[in-house]
Amino acid sequence: MKNFIKLLSIITIVFITTVQSNSAEKVDYLKTDWSFKGIFGKFDRGSLQRGYQVYTEVCSSCHSMKYLSYRNLGEKGGPEFSEEAVKVIAASFEVNDGPNADGEMFTRPGKPSDKFIMPYDNVKAAQAANGGAYPPDMSVLVKARGGGVDYIYSLLQGYEDAPSGMILDEGVHYNKYMYGNKIKMSAPLSEGVVEYRDGTEATVEQMSKDVTTFLMWAAEPHLESRHRMGFKAIVYLIILTILVYLSMKRIWSRIETEV
Amino acid sequence: MSDKKPERREFLFTTTYALGAVGVGAVAWPMIDQMNPDASVKALASTEVDVSSLTPGKTITVLWRGKPVFIRKRTQDEIAEARSVKMEELKHPEKDEDRAKDPEWLVMLGVCTHLGCVPLNDRGDYNGWFCPCHGSHYDTSGRIRKGPAPLNMEIPKYEFVNANTIKIG
Amino acid sequence: MSEHDYIPKSKFGKWFNDRLPLLSLASHLADYPTPKNLNYWWTFGGILTFCLITQIVTGLTLAMHYIAHADMAFESVEHIMRDVNYGWLIRYIHANGASMFFLAVYIHIFRSLFYGSYKSPRELIWIIGIIIYLLMMAAAFMGYVLPWGQMSFWGATVITNLFSAIPLVGEGIVNWLWGGYSVDNPTLTRFFTLHYLIPFLILGLVVLHIWALHVPGNNNPIGIDIKKPSKDTVPFHPYIVIKDGFALLMFTIVFAFFVFYSPNILGHADNYIEANPLVTPAHIVPEWYLLPFYAILRSVPDKLLGVIAMLSAILILAALPWLDTSKIRSAVFRPLYKQFYWILVADVLILGYIGAMPAAGLYLLIGRVATAYYFLHFLVVLPVLGFKEKTIPVPLSITEPVLGGSLNLAIAKNKESLDK
Repeated sequence: MKNFIKLLSIITIVFITTVQSNSAEKVDYLKTDWSFKGIFGKFDRGSLQRGYQVYTEVCSSCHSMKYLSYRNLGEKGGPEFSEEAVKVIAASFEVNDGPNADGEMFTRPGKPSDKFIMPYDNVKAAQAANGGAYPPDMSVLVKARGGGVDYIYSLLQGYEDAPSGMILDEGVHYNKYMYGNKIKMSAPLSEGVVEYRDGTEATVEQMSKDVTTFLMWAAEPHLESRHRMGFKAIVYLIILTILVYLSMKRIWSRIETEV
Repeated sequence: MSDKKPERREFLFTTTYALGAVGVGAVAWPMIDQMNPDASVKALASTEVDVSSLTPGKTITVLWRGKPVFIRKRTQDEIAEARSVKMEELKHPEKDEDRAKDPEWLVMLGVCTHLGCVPLNDRGDYNGWFCPCHGSHYDTSGRIRKGPAPLNMEIPKYEFVNANTIKIG
Repeated sequence: MSEHDYIPKSKFGKWFNDRLPLLSLASHLADYPTPKNLNYWWTFGGILTFCLITQIVTGLTLAMHYIAHADMAFESVEHIMRDVNYGWLIRYIHANGASMFFLAVYIHIFRSLFYGSYKSPRELIWIIGIIIYLLMMAAAFMGYVLPWGQMSFWGATVITNLFSAIPLVGEGIVNWLWGGYSVDNPTLTRFFTLHYLIPFLILGLVVLHIWALHVPGNNNPIGIDIKKPSKDTVPFHPYIVIKDGFALLMFTIVFAFFVFYSPNILGHADNYIEANPLVTPAHIVPEWYLLPFYAILRSVPDKLLGVIAMLSAILILAALPWLDTSKIRSAVFRPLYKQFYWILVADVLILGYIGAMPAAGLYLLIGRVATAYYFLHFLVVLPVLGFKEKTIPVPLSITEPVLGGSLNLAIAKNKESLDK
């Protein structure tokens, strides 16, 4: 039994470390405290609401979030805007609908059940407007990048002057954290580009953190219930394991004495 | 072995079994619940219908939550007929006044309460609807009068946004 | 299954059992005499059954929401993750379940290698097991294609292109697999169909695997033939059931940890980018459980030979009962084999690591050495070892070892005294 556990834990450790070394590229990303990390991790509502503001006022002019609906903004575990606020937010966007009885498409104010409107009609239009580079959809962006939240957070603050000797084409920018260091997106955030409704000072660092938190929620909208359920499930399993272990000892004691 | 031991053993096994059963149940629930209407279905929007083109005696059918909804502009005769019926004659007594707040307009789910077919317009023994599947007759208020269906056709939640537009849901 | 003189107590039970002997079967399974000295490495058979059932149940529920169409597959997976009730939970169990399944199957296979469970008279159990393992790889690969992310698409492209190595007909076979001139919608729909089918084939083979096991009975840590039922055996129920249950629960704790706290760690980030036939991801890496074979593939510089090497690496296992010439089963009594066994384990781990690294420079060299050793182990070391090795004398029974020196017994005795 002891040997078994020893070996099994060695296997698990080897397994996890190799997997981790595969996935994480060795880059030192900027670090910050994410409230949603860890077993009891939860989103910071204020940060999510501010992050949504940064997304709508800055990112959404180029980046779509096509898998999200406005109703998500009011759901539990998210920014948790009130039902009324969600309706107001949705109604502030023009949504294409149709065809109507005359067979024509029309626009109407958005409803909570509508998906986030997209800045471009299709990928080609997005590429045409952005010098050939498609601004990726942000719905699952955090999960689609090896470094996850740390990568996005660092990238947003990673704009620097290119080192001497590096020649950048027009419309290409230097970013310390970008793969290959060349990025088509110009620095999206600058001091005070957003005026937070709750009065928080809109530093680049603050906005980066808020919008990254928002993107994490967008990619994992059920993270909070997952953490909660996980804790309950594992506590339950440990208790049951102990009970089964005791039962096993009792049952096997019949044999031990007989031998 | 002491005398107390068997009792404790029983207790241990019973607890283990019970706790195990709780776990199996807890795991089964998500597998069952996944078949219930999901969040996007539950959030499905209401439908707005333009009824300005309807003349008395005409019905349009629109789709709401995947089901047909009948919107009928009733004639004076039909209204009179619907309102004069005595409650005792009805299988499922409901006043026409409760079914059609504005007597001119009848808005109801076009689904037969027997087994879910769509009844035909202007047919049947009561000048209302007739379900071809198993022969249920509905009157001009959509109430069941004859045949196997147990209930009147259902009235969904609806409201007039303006004189020409009805919002269902 | 051996003849059973089980007679049901109730009249109805007897009537039923005479017509369909399900009760005899149940009683056979419950009373099945199992060696009493089985250690925890033997609990992985039960764990694997659990894994298979978990994958089938979660897979069926996912299939109710998934849409197998190139334009909608990615979106439908996001729909499952966001809107379907508990959809995220079911998908994460299914995705991580595949990894847990392979983790368990590797432990199961290496247990068999250590204790010589593949040897006579259990060759068929072993060969059925290899077929199950091959089907598992096929199912896992096709399942990974279904979300239609970048890794899905490019993984499918790379793996199906392996068949183009076949001379003359290769190209035709690849187009036939694809249903077109590239991986596209027809490929996705057929992969979905096969991904749905294979688990049930596996289920059928598992029945055969267990049936074939119940003829000679379990091997055991000291690898001797035992009389059954005897003092060396215990009935499967309750002794083995409760022990398997305990091990299974420990396993589910690890499983739950992955599902709830790092559900994406075993996957690849690129698979959250929708498939794009115009752009290949920077590193194409298969899922971790296929890495050793991927390393073997890449360490051979020739396309056709690489594919052959990779396939032989798996198929060579089927010949193992005849390649291993030793009469002694358990490595406990084979001091030399024991050392070579651990070298093989290390070799496979190294291959796995190399599979995840870029195929260049030192990695390539290490990969080649490790590949060569892998084949050397099976083709040279094992046959020779059987003749040359000086083994330790084997006890005649579990309870009455000839020498009284059995490790297991010493431990068992120790435990006894502790329990008292």
